[in-house]
Amino acid sequence: MTVARFWRHLPQRYNMVGTKCEKCGRHFFPPRTFCPDCRRAGKIVEHKFTGSGTVVTFTVIHTAAEQYSMLTPYVLAIVKLDEGPQITTQVVMDPTKAKIGMKVKSVFRRIVTDGESGIIHYGTKFVPVE
Amino acid sequence: MRDVAVIGIGCTKFGEKWGSSFRDIFVEAGTLALEDARMSGEKIDAMYVGNMSAGRFIGQEHIGALIADYAGMASRHIPSTRVEAACASGGLAFRQAVIAVASGMEDIVVAAGVEKMTDVGSDESTDTLTGAADREWEGFMGATFPGLYAMIAQDYIHKYHMTREQLAQVAVKNHYNGARNPIAQFQSEITLDTVMKSTMVAEPLRLFDCSPVTDGAAAVIVAPLDRAKEFTDTPIKVLATAQASDSIALHDRRDISTLDATVAAGQRAFAMAHLSQKDIDMVEVHDCFSIAEICAIEDLGFCKKGTAGKFTADGETAIGGKIPVNTSGGLKACGHPVGATGIKQVYEIVQQLRGEAGKRQVDGAKIGMTHNVGGTGATVAVHILGRV
Repeated sequence: MTVARFWRHLPQRYNMVGTKCEKCGRHFFPPRTFCPDCRRAGKIVEHKFTGSGTVVTFTVIHTAAEQYSMLTPYVLAIVKLDEGPQITTQVVMDPTKAKIGMKVKSVFRRIVTDGESGIIHYGTKFVPVE
Repeated sequence: MRDVAVIGIGCTKFGEKWGSSFRDIFVEAGTLALEDARMSGEKIDAMYVGNMSAGRFIGQEHIGALIADYAGMASRHIPSTRVEAACASGGLAFRQAVIAVASGMEDIVVAAGVEKMTDVGSDESTDTLTGAADREWEGFMGATFPGLYAMIAQDYIHKYHMTREQLAQVAVKNHYNGARNPIAQFQSEITLDTVMKSTMVAEPLRLFDCSPVTDGAAAVIVAPLDRAKEFTDTPIKVLATAQASDSIALHDRRDISTLDATVAAGQRAFAMAHLSQKDIDMVEVHDCFSIAEICAIEDLGFCKKGTAGKFTADGETAIGGKIPVNTSGGLKACGHPVGATGIKQVYEIVQQLRGEAGKRQVDGAKIGMTHNVGGTGATVAVHILGRV
């Protein structure tokens, strides 16, 4: 991913800054600038998510894309954030202990590196809440 | 709207075609379709070509013109259009061709699909296919395509308690059918053990739950039904064409293990054809992964949600069962050259309806259905075809 393409989403990737519609109260992460329910009548504002959520479903990836292969086996999950939206993320944990319904919270982690001398992309992963 | 018929079909053998180029395979499929319709290329009014990613797979864009050119039609200047919806590109190309003829705008139209996937290494093809999902918010987080369908499978198993063995029966059945299909990439039967002992890809999906990387091309020719007899003794009528879309990312779906776009497209197709599930003699569904076939037959209404595992293990989706599913071998055994798959599904159903499916023939087949999915269900095309 090029610097600009990554950099323009730093608030979202580092700090889970999404949006919400003030008219209907629906939250969006990743952010949307258009509310599918209220459409043009909606009013979109920024919203920083708490990073607290629940695992809806997950898998353990054994065969990954090249840049992610040093992480295998890793837990990939869909997490429902407490505010409502669902996101795809990694859960940093012992893969044999992963469960649907598990409570998780966000952590700042390295996501991927563009080769030995390339950019290191950071972002949000999750860990189980003890 | 005018009634539309399929008057010619052609398909290359699917597989890793190291000796053939992108151009070679679509010319082969197109030539076979023209021969089948006993016509020359001069009669063609327009072309629609389904192709997901020639730009990534062979570094070539502008596929519509390229295909018309190498099909020998550059000097006739016919309109030729590429259609892209990831793995549903072929299904959408067929739909566009049908709409063009139904509207009266064109008469004789080719719908083709082509993908040449083995000119890049497996890392690049895996990465290219990830573009069918949400690159920024799924792919970047470490999601792979098998990984996304594995999350559908985990959600499904958690809710409906399907066994791992029941899921594996999808692959066993599709390989059985593929072994009877001369164009299939894999022509050997497998056992439950083959699936259960294969390499883990993304839990619970193993290698034999996944469709392969494939080169291949398919083409069909459509025409107004009232002109069909000029070209064939066995025209096959297009009874319905339907398409639906949904969120690009799996995590934004209403229900992780229901493809709402399949439900919507299926309902629209049945309504258009004034038919119901019991009228369908066989269906080609989009089994890019074993779990995808399980969801598809439920979401199209052939069995109740949560029961497709048992339905499959009981043999109801085999040839001779209540509703034969993927008589071609499906994406799993016939292969999945992404842009060509939707056209190959039509190719298979037309063969069945003409009674030309050989050892895979469904007795007395009169009406068949195709179901083609893009991504994890963000685009779905459903067609119903019938004997005249």
